[in-house]
Amino acid sequence: MRRPFFLALIFLSLAILLSVAIGSVFISPAELWQIASGWARGAALPDPLQTFAFIILAIRLPRTALIALTGAALGGSGAAYQGLFRNPLADPYLIGVASGAGLGAVIAMSVRWPYSFWGLMAIPLAAFVTALLTVFLVYWLARVGGSVPTTNLILAGVAVGAFATALTSFLMLRSQGELRRALAWLLGGGSQTGWVPVLTMLPYLLIGVGVLLFSGHALNLLQFGDEQAQQLGLPVTRAKTVILVAASLTTAAAVAFSGIIGFIGLIVPHVMRMWWGGDYRRLIPLSILGGAASLLVADVLARVVLSPQELPVGILTALAGAPFFLWVLRRAKNQGFW
Amino acid sequence: MLKLHNLSVSYGARRVLHEVSLDVQAGEVVALIGPNGAGKSTLMRAVSGVIPAEGGRIRTNGDDLPALSPMQRARYLAVVPQSAALPPAFTVWETVLLGRTPYLNFLGQVSPADRETVRRALERVDALELAERRVGELSGGEQQRVLLARALAQSTPILLLDEPTAHLDLQYQASLLSLVRELAHTDNLAVLAALHDLNLAARYADRVVLLVEGRVIASGSPQQVLRPDLISQAYDWPVQVVRHPFSDSPLVLPD
Repeated sequence: MRRPFFLALIFLSLAILLSVAIGSVFISPAELWQIASGWARGAALPDPLQTFAFIILAIRLPRTALIALTGAALGGSGAAYQGLFRNPLADPYLIGVASGAGLGAVIAMSVRWPYSFWGLMAIPLAAFVTALLTVFLVYWLARVGGSVPTTNLILAGVAVGAFATALTSFLMLRSQGELRRALAWLLGGGSQTGWVPVLTMLPYLLIGVGVLLFSGHALNLLQFGDEQAQQLGLPVTRAKTVILVAASLTTAAAVAFSGIIGFIGLIVPHVMRMWWGGDYRRLIPLSILGGAASLLVADVLARVVLSPQELPVGILTALAGAPFFLWVLRRAKNQGFW
Repeated sequence: MLKLHNLSVSYGARRVLHEVSLDVQAGEVVALIGPNGAGKSTLMRAVSGVIPAEGGRIRTNGDDLPALSPMQRARYLAVVPQSAALPPAFTVWETVLLGRTPYLNFLGQVSPADRETVRRALERVDALELAERRVGELSGGEQQRVLLARALAQSTPILLLDEPTAHLDLQYQASLLSLVRELAHTDNLAVLAALHDLNLAARYADRVVLLVEGRVIASGSPQQVLRPDLISQAYDWPVQVVRHPFSDSPLVLPD
């Protein structure tokens, strides 16, 4: 029971270290240590270290935090959607929720784009509303009786997602001036800088992820179908609604500040399930930790591949995720699986 | 222990159960038999609260089952479903642990007492050595035993079994039902089992209820219900009934 968490925490710590160390200026672990111990002693730092310390505090750490929180949100909500729909291909991106959240975020941005705390707070809220509308619409379109077949879910998700994306593009074209910034945001990545986005995202994320962390037992029950879950004592409709809302809130918080980043919510829960089994009490926290670590690694790669130019991290996750998706699809076809 | 009084259930405009009354005492196995479409599964689903009853009452010890929350109901009554597709990535232990759901707090914390109950339930169905195996690797008979253990872990006075032996080989059918019978008698459980195999019903049930087109046609001991005239009419096919050479229970043979 302890080992997977231990490994995930080590992986996450390494990813955080990489993310702080690597960028346009490389800061070595030794220098990181000197800076940290300097802070601890309250001593003044010599010159190159002083600059590095500024880079770390003002740029690297907030970005690392934003990316880690985004990855955690996508991993956790991906695992929750997979459990809720009893479908291994459900992921915030593939079922259209991310695009729906993106639409809400862009609507909020196009109304007004003030870089104030309360202006920023409104963006995830708008993203949350449209994310919820999207997930209910997709579920309603895809449902056959009590179950949601894979093909229906993906088809409905793609259709609704494409519609939301088209509306988003339209809105962005209309709102001329800020187009470049919005586009960079949409492709995913830490285009937003500083601590404000991190702090704005945090309350939404804490609520959403907090609920998901306690949903493991209910998700386990739901794997046996609604009927058995109810016979075992679960108030099924209420539990499903709570989890759906929490997962959508989590997705919306991630999308509102990091744009649409695909496939993390698909790959991470899947790998965790292959390694550590299907118990959602373990799968949800592991997917949260794993999601944070994987997106950090992807973001570091995005910074170094075409250095000094930066790639949007969404491009990288899609390049790795799409082939993985096809592999899962083939596996699903060959053996009734999971 | 479990008392149905004039239970009626409809799917849309179609009435599936017509004023069904029956009761199951603690310590006895009652078999629900009847041709396909007679309403056996519907009755199971209505009693377990998955579909609403249109009229009539479902009571246990003075409590109205439909009025209870799913969690309260799950402390009275456990269901062993038809051997359906189980999520294969779960281990046997994780699966049986779900039987403790009605006793967990809202955080889903599992106590040592819960673990002990799960261990005993697995021991009871002789599946303790399967605990760490994944459910997907098990045979149909083993899966059904795991589902029975999950129901026992619920620690309920009432057990419902919905065609528990469908798709099982002969030895699994017999061993599962003789285990259920033993549990009913030793642990004083009230067991209601929908069975489509008449001879299994005759062999393992204390009483038999014959359901045809949503109505109770006959109920009583296996000898009283499994009569050639009743069965021939209910199943619309002529049958002979002979005696089992050892147990003396009736054996139904189609002509």
